[in-house]
Amino acid sequence: MKYIDEFQDPGLAARLVDEIHATVTRPWALMEVCGGQTHTIIRHGIDQLLPEEVELIHGPGCPVCVTPLEVIDKALEIASRPGVIFCSFGDMLRVPGTGRDLFQVRGEGGDVRVVYSPLDALRIAEQNQDREVVFFGIGFETTAPPNAMTVYQARRQRIRNFSMLVSHVRVPPAIEAIMRSPDCRVQAFLAAGHVCSVMGTGEYPELAERFRVPIVVTGFEPLDILEGVRRTVLQLERGDHTVDNAYPRAVRPEGNPAARAMLDDVFEVTDRAWRGIGVIPGSGWRLSERYRDYDAEHRFQVDGITTREPAACRSGEVLQGLLKPHECEAFGTTCTPRSPLGATMVSSEGACAAYYLYRRLDLTAQAQAPASQNRAPARPPSAETAPPTPSPSPSPSSCPSPSMEGSSVV
Amino acid sequence: MCLAVPGRVLGVEERDGTRMATVDFGGVVKEVCLEYLPDLKVGEYAIVHVGFALQRLDEDSARQTLELFEHLGMLQEEFGDPWEQAAAENGSGRPSHDVAAGEVQR
Repeated sequence: MKYIDEFQDPGLAARLVDEIHATVTRPWALMEVCGGQTHTIIRHGIDQLLPEEVELIHGPGCPVCVTPLEVIDKALEIASRPGVIFCSFGDMLRVPGTGRDLFQVRGEGGDVRVVYSPLDALRIAEQNQDREVVFFGIGFETTAPPNAMTVYQARRQRIRNFSMLVSHVRVPPAIEAIMRSPDCRVQAFLAAGHVCSVMGTGEYPELAERFRVPIVVTGFEPLDILEGVRRTVLQLERGDHTVDNAYPRAVRPEGNPAARAMLDDVFEVTDRAWRGIGVIPGSGWRLSERYRDYDAEHRFQVDGITTREPAACRSGEVLQGLLKPHECEAFGTTCTPRSPLGATMVSSEGACAAYYLYRRLDLTAQAQAPASQNRAPARPPSAETAPPTPSPSPSPSSCPSPSMEGSSVV
Repeated sequence: MCLAVPGRVLGVEERDGTRMATVDFGGVVKEVCLEYLPDLKVGEYAIVHVGFALQRLDEDSARQTLELFEHLGMLQEEFGDPWEQAAAENGSGRPSHDVAAGEVQR
């Protein structure tokens, strides 16, 4: 597909890998913020192509993974009520709430529907005026404008049986929280490309300066990731810490002004709890006062929720980059995509699911192989060490085409 | 979550006061809301997420980025390990091209 295939070219990938090998002289720890990037990195084995000095720490940028348990439980409660049609993106269905998920709610008779776009949910509301239609509005700055437009349209068209359960999150406060953590090892960030397509790059220079970290806006195809890493390593080796845009074909400095204006109108910044991490000040959006009538939390009184996380799940540490998925005792044993303990094993952008689907489990043996084997520049994984060829997994109905799977977004 | 992918605009129309487009994603055609990119024209590419065009895809930038990648390799020639390079050239071609096997099959 145009503008995807070219950015997966193996020959150019080899050049980028060569260049990174030639540039790096010391160990560096980079965090890719976005779960879509984590997916690309693990799926294509990019971390295994990089020099061993370059460590990629997977960040908390999987929106499904960080949606707080309390909000999931509210969704389950609302979706269970008679007269409600509960609409969601497909990857929320298996996210574990306290003891159950949306998939089970549907099995028990709840009217839960998967939609491709939030506008589809609005159309369902128009067609079912005797029912309450609720859309589960989660996601980062990329998904917030579509959801904001949907609430705006509901108000403009006076579709009163529509409401949204909103739990949006923002990247810059998360970067700040990561840098402030006493355990922080991150020396540079690959910023989430499509978040910046909307928001632009204006929020990042202050963070780069204050924490003295390079921040490189990075896309989602294999070459995009490699170019983001190359530019980041170049800065680190030089001792620079600036904001750089390695994804100019989709990111302008000003972002999308119309989308940003809509976000300012429909949402207001609020503190938000991140699942497995805790409350990050100013890291969320909720519906502003003007749109409160369309807020599902106000329309449905959902009180007295007692949340309970499985004790064995260590997704919080995975989300903070403190633990690699396969280092968790439950990984691949009591926790699999079919019966996930935590949300990171559910979403295709969750680090645990990515490791489970694409990563060979003999990684530790490989890491202990003679250094010369790993050091040859541009040496691709050999037949034995290459990531397994992904088997065509059933694509969710929301996927326009299976070939788009690599281009996830936060 | 969901995906943001480049698609090419096939047609544009107003529907119930909302600017909409039909967009081709390599053979799959979807309805896409253009309210955030109202001046997007037929034939142009945009990054589309959950049914919304969020940013115009700058084709010149895309081409320049690919050209930049084509011209990489100077550093490696200058500072790389000549023994490793010789070994790679002496071996069964550029092994890096095998990356595709694990990479782009979908």
